[in-house]
Amino acid sequence: MEIATQAIEGGFVDPVFDAQTVFRAVMDAMARPGTLQPLPVFARPPAPLSATAGAIALALCDNDTPIWLDLVLQAPAAVKSWLGFHTGAPLAHTPADAHFALIATPAEMMALDGFSQGTQDYPDRSTTLILQVSDLVSGAPLLLEGPGIETTVTIAPAQMPRHFVEQWKQNNQRFPRGVDIILATPEGVACLPRTTRIKTMEA
Amino acid sequence: MTAQPTDIATYNFAYLDEQTKRMIRRAILKGIAIPGYQVPFASREMPMPYGWGTGGVQVTASIIGPDDVLKVIDQGADDTTNAVSIRAFFKKVANVAVTTETAKATIIQTRHRIPEHPLTSGQVLVYQVPIPEPLRFLEPRETETRKMHALEEYGLMHVKLYEDIARHGRIATTYAYPVKVEGRYVMDPSPTPKFDNPKMHRSPALQLFGAGREKRIYALPPFTDVVSLDFEDHPFEVQTFDQPCALCAAENVYLDEVILDDHGDHMFVCSDTDHCEKRREQGRRGDLAPETMEPTQ
Repeated sequence: MEIATQAIEGGFVDPVFDAQTVFRAVMDAMARPGTLQPLPVFARPPAPLSATAGAIALALCDNDTPIWLDLVLQAPAAVKSWLGFHTGAPLAHTPADAHFALIATPAEMMALDGFSQGTQDYPDRSTTLILQVSDLVSGAPLLLEGPGIETTVTIAPAQMPRHFVEQWKQNNQRFPRGVDIILATPEGVACLPRTTRIKTMEA
Repeated sequence: MTAQPTDIATYNFAYLDEQTKRMIRRAILKGIAIPGYQVPFASREMPMPYGWGTGGVQVTASIIGPDDVLKVIDQGADDTTNAVSIRAFFKKVANVAVTTETAKATIIQTRHRIPEHPLTSGQVLVYQVPIPEPLRFLEPRETETRKMHALEEYGLMHVKLYEDIARHGRIATTYAYPVKVEGRYVMDPSPTPKFDNPKMHRSPALQLFGAGREKRIYALPPFTDVVSLDFEDHPFEVQTFDQPCALCAAENVYLDEVILDDHGDHMFVCSDTDHCEKRREQGRRGDLAPETMEPTQ
């Protein structure tokens, strides 16, 4: 397909209600960390941007929110032009300038502290990371606790960043600064806000 | 959009334009991620004056979908001006189902009460907040209160509560009683009576707070620790009432005083009208309940 056509096709069919449905799933996932909030396919972005990650970008990004793309997403022009056409969001020059970061290969991503952490005065000025993972069951299990979780919950997202448990512990220690993670799977979304702690499992 | 022009006003769904909704939605997500922190947002003018719940209305408009069931209360009542007009507003601009029953609602917008009926997982409670900054009356400068939150410097609030004790012999704050969220941020629970503070602690429902004039959104995810500030020798206590509701005989609920005549006669009735009506339908009767029940509108 022509790049120009690829950029135009595949947005929300019903922008108002699709955006609301996607947002509610992300909101519920953020409020209940570690739970999978199912989402049907709303967007058909060009590969390697996944349908779920693309739908989240359409629901939350606009010309106020610079986006940072990882190397795999930066490579094809189609992804940039699709996001540009549908959201109007500019691309961030550095990860630290980004409001949202789209990451297709989390296992190879840069360190979490390379993104904007917010400031002590304005901890909300941090990057929200949208990680494309294939599922929440085939990776290393993470036992989660914190606000939004009644006791504990376990998820095992695949293709997570290197030394994730250690990196996440450091992210917790920066509170109220820190990044929040949205995991985009083909079935739906799950979130790890900065308040969620990973309990170290007994060996 | 698929709305028929005949039964819905010609606004975008839920009144706000899509870019405004995205901006508010991003603020809500940050608020949930940093419980108790007040996220600044670009509050819009709404077709109602400041102080009538413009913050709560903007939050509700940004999260509501066509499948939601909305309940609106004003001081616990479903039938007062503010509640009736906001409910009518969302019926008109979003065409959503509305209810007065706490258990049936998916979104409850509230002005200064938490319903007596326990909230459940999946419900969202949206508060209308006039002054979101708990330190504002102690320190008027925003630059200073921001620094105090950043440094977790809340000594001033404890001094204020101590001065209450020195002056009145007890903590005299009865509403907007400050709470500490997850051991970090001190938060204003909006002017709810302190009676409702314990209901915020580890509530299974998501709680969102919107302050339109002050342009702040904050949130409490479900199962979040919310502790009312107090001292070891002056522990936090809620209001108690020495008589039950005069209409439904409910105890351990928050009561309003109603003046009956100009001779000083008065009665105490449930502030939560839905709770009171439900109990009367079940045949519970207080001292001043009418002999036959009037049909409710």
